[in-house]
Amino acid sequence: MKSATKPDMTVNLAGMKLRNPVMTASGTFGYGEEFADYVDLASIGAFVTKGLSLKPRAGNPTPRIVETPGGMLNAIGLQNVGIDAFIAKKVPFLRSVGTPAIANFFGSTVAEYAEMARRLDEIPEVAGLEVNISCPNVKQGGIVFGTDPDCAASVVSACRAATKKPLIVKLSPNVTDVVVMARACEDAGADVLSLINTLTGMAIDLNRRRPILANITGGFSGPAIKPIALRMVWQVAKAVKLPIIGIGGIMNAVDALEFMLAGATAVQIGTASFINPGAAQKIAEDMEAWLVANGVADIKSMIGALET
Amino acid sequence: MQFTAMILSNVEVSPGYWRMRMTAPPECAESRPGQFVMVRVNGAIDPLLRRPFGIFDIGTYTPAQSGAVPQPYLEMLYRVVGKGTAMLSTLHGSDLLDILGPLGKGFDLGAADEEKLIVGGGVGLAPLYLLAKELVKESKVRLFAGGRTRDDILCITEFERLGVECYTATEDGSLGECGLVTEALLRRLNQLQGRATIYACGPHGMLNAVAEIAAGRNIPCQVSLEGYMACGVGACLGCVAPGHSHSAENPDYRCVCTEGPVFDSGELKWGE
Repeated sequence: MKSATKPDMTVNLAGMKLRNPVMTASGTFGYGEEFADYVDLASIGAFVTKGLSLKPRAGNPTPRIVETPGGMLNAIGLQNVGIDAFIAKKVPFLRSVGTPAIANFFGSTVAEYAEMARRLDEIPEVAGLEVNISCPNVKQGGIVFGTDPDCAASVVSACRAATKKPLIVKLSPNVTDVVVMARACEDAGADVLSLINTLTGMAIDLNRRRPILANITGGFSGPAIKPIALRMVWQVAKAVKLPIIGIGGIMNAVDALEFMLAGATAVQIGTASFINPGAAQKIAEDMEAWLVANGVADIKSMIGALET
Repeated sequence: MQFTAMILSNVEVSPGYWRMRMTAPPECAESRPGQFVMVRVNGAIDPLLRRPFGIFDIGTYTPAQSGAVPQPYLEMLYRVVGKGTAMLSTLHGSDLLDILGPLGKGFDLGAADEEKLIVGGGVGLAPLYLLAKELVKESKVRLFAGGRTRDDILCITEFERLGVECYTATEDGSLGECGLVTEALLRRLNQLQGRATIYACGPHGMLNAVAEIAAGRNIPCQVSLEGYMACGVGACLGCVAPGHSHSAENPDYRCVCTEGPVFDSGELKWGE
């Protein structure tokens, strides 16, 4: 009979030792402190900040979000406090948490990306960097770099040269072949790949004959995108050697474990945190319970264990 | 906080408008007027997101079983506008709901020795009842309730029972005077002796008009906004409203769920 001892939930992401594979996704968890009332931050593997830029950004006009069946579209426009206010006002909170904080960031030029990487590299409270080359909602600040392998490679190389911390590259699904992008980022020096960012989508108000979002298009997230995300994680996991963070419509522990089977070392919880601010903690607890119930001693044995 | 509430009653108070009473934890008794809750309509993924609702009332009830002690309840007043609210209206007593709240910054109750003028349009009355309940303890309170037809004028009897003097206006003249509720507000302001504070919640056009009236007469005015929001806790940044210095070149957005939903009207950009 298999023992019901506590399974080993730890995973290693490019030297970052996570107590479990559950992270929160950028843009869905503020700067961490917004959720302190709802989540024991010491119960999750890591959390990722809202995407940061050199200068503060006010974001897009409203409406910025709209719900669609099984998902939501957002066009927030990378609203963020900027790197200086982040250091002054948000970093002190990170110090108290005891869970790795990963700073998500973007720029509008390769030089800006590199400058952000350099600034974030200097912050001891930041455990790792996640470079956003995939935001679909602003002209500069991601998607241009995330849909062309040469552009992506130049951003990643520049960031790589500017930081020794673990460098995660967040990939866009809005490409013909995500594997091409993944390989380009791997070759350029990424330590980890996270995927997928949102899919570009649109919603229309028939009676007004107008788009619902002020930005016209937005990023589609939520459970509706999970099958696409799973497929892309699986494709990328087969093609690269880097560890992968699976993202896309994860609502519960079953979803999260499916991503691990597809090849993810860790997962990020996004839209689910909007619905249940405690979702990440609950998912981590339920994953552990699943391992216990199924006699799995080490969660690392789930990574890429899909049988095809 | 997040809690599971049991529905105590769910009644259609006017065509398309419902009033729901549910159990609430003791912490909810501390809710301030103007705060809101995020309600998960069901456990499935459609509707996916929670829906925000102003807190209409809080109080205590005594359960039917013998020896029961009074328990806190929370009430919402809502309008059926889409799939989520339509599903909400089909729920019955003893059904359970997943609630996040109370959330946001509520109304400032202001000074006791001034007149309180409350302006509500349609379901915008929702957060104003609890406000009136607090304000009548110390001040003279008048309510100006407007809507397209009489069906949009909600729960006036409850306000009257608090001792609030009520004025109603409908665009089709089916209840109260025919026209916009701001006309009645203006008449009252013309007779005003001494100081007053205006509180308003309702459609954007109405809030815009009230804010303009208040600014023109230099009367403090607080408005409660609605916003499309996913989270209610300041993370999604979906629900922002333009602040007073907002322009396309220099955007200035305020987060409705955490910086509001109640704002001094002067904090916001109007006229759009």
